[in-house]
Amino acid sequence: MERSLLVAGFGGQGVMLIGKNIGYTASKKDLNATFFPAYGAEMRGGTANCSVVVSDSKICSPVKQELDEIIVMNDLSYEKFAGRVKKGGALYINSSLIEAKYEGDDITTYYVPVADIARKVGNPLVANMVMLGAYVANHEDIDVESMKETIKENLHGKENLIDVNIKAFEEGINLMKGGTQ
Amino acid sequence: MNDKLFVKGSEAIAEAAVRAGCRFFAGYPITPQNELPEYMSWRLPEVGGTYVQGESEMASMNMIFGAASTGTRCMTSSSGPGLSLKAESLSCALGSKLPHVMAIMMRGGPGHGIIFPAQQDYEFAVHGPCHGGVKQFILAPSTAQEAVDLTYSSFDIADKYRTGVLILGDGFLANTIENVTFPPMKKLEDLPQHKDWKITEYDPNHHKLITSYFPPEIMEQENIKMGQMYEYWEEHETQYQNYLMDDCEILICAYGSTGRICEEVVDELRNEGLKVGLFRPITLHPFPKKVFEEIDYNRVKLIVSVEMAIPGQLVEDIKNYVARRTRVEHFGRSGGVLINPGEIKEAIHKMVEE
Repeated sequence: MERSLLVAGFGGQGVMLIGKNIGYTASKKDLNATFFPAYGAEMRGGTANCSVVVSDSKICSPVKQELDEIIVMNDLSYEKFAGRVKKGGALYINSSLIEAKYEGDDITTYYVPVADIARKVGNPLVANMVMLGAYVANHEDIDVESMKETIKENLHGKENLIDVNIKAFEEGINLMKGGTQ
Repeated sequence: MNDKLFVKGSEAIAEAAVRAGCRFFAGYPITPQNELPEYMSWRLPEVGGTYVQGESEMASMNMIFGAASTGTRCMTSSSGPGLSLKAESLSCALGSKLPHVMAIMMRGGPGHGIIFPAQQDYEFAVHGPCHGGVKQFILAPSTAQEAVDLTYSSFDIADKYRTGVLILGDGFLANTIENVTFPPMKKLEDLPQHKDWKITEYDPNHHKLITSYFPPEIMEQENIKMGQMYEYWEEHETQYQNYLMDDCEILICAYGSTGRICEEVVDELRNEGLKVGLFRPITLHPFPKKVFEEIDYNRVKLIVSVEMAIPGQLVEDIKNYVARRTRVEHFGRSGGVLINPGEIKEAIHKMVEE
């Protein structure tokens, strides 16, 4: 089993954290995982993406031309990366910001209004955790409790934000389990 | 601290160095390796070591000269541009036979270059950067785990030969987070004590001198000994990965991060019916040249050097060692543009068709 994922958006949307959490949670299960970040010098506003590969055997290349799954959080990323999903793969779209609809039925698309849900949860900054929840809901091999532990660990020093992040993550799961799209 | 971590390449190198007995680090910040000094800044004090952010790359290297003179296991790190700045003091430290380790993460071009993954400094690191004809070990890890293992052993190599070890990586190695298992913490009392040459306190009965300056006859003898040592390294200290080389008709040569990416290319091209193998040098100096004397050139019709460098740099060495016995080509991306397995495959298919 080898699964490749690319998460893309603009700096400040927390795309790195989505990827890091997925990689770290896989590594806790004794799977191999690589996380490769690519971003410019700017902290916020620039483009940012990360590649995550999870495998039960050796991982050679941490980056791929075509990916099993791609998460896009803004228009620019949609334009740049949507065409790089493998046939039969999945594309997760932040439909709160991206109006485009993917044409073609060679891949599965999920339109997740992450920013709207994050606002409902009470903090627009946790949109990334909504997307993470949506992604995890589609992967039975990712343990939900283990992912929650990962989220908590990564909020070390920001304990006051744990609840809202976990809530956003759960909302993402609920949305997918509820059968949206 | 856990022995198993999901950690960045830069931080993995730092932790491995601490476990190998490194107790002094001096450096100056530069991307893409800032996580290494940052890690050292809190980790070294935990184990009784010293971290200094120097006022410049050269000053940091001079601090390494000082720390190494006391027999302390020490390390510095920087990027390609930083290696230029360190070069003067580095030559002096190597000429003075001071063991030390340096990690250099290459950038994408000259001058400021760019911070994204690239291998533009093979030529500079391997055939330079020192004046006076002095050389050192150059190790090129391809994964965080290999970086840990090589860093851990690099301090032993440095002590054994009283030389420097340069760990040459790139933004890929420095920034990729992956699973790593660390070796145990070495006890300082078990390490070589260097009593015959280290300078720690004044001893009226035993004068010691650490220098790279000698009168002509002695300087010549020193240079002869250096040359013999480099020949010995080539005989005994080369390391490389042979991945399906033994029956291959097309041989990919790639080092560091590009090497791990090419392993995937070999598998995929084999599935497509091409007999491809991979030669991945781990020691860039001493270079495993002998491999090119053992190749059956009736079988290997094409050798492709894959590098994140344009124009190709490793390819020039390969051409030299192959000496026109078969066709040698180069494929590369550069400037921080990521190289990926798909485009390497396409390029090789195209070369085969030509």
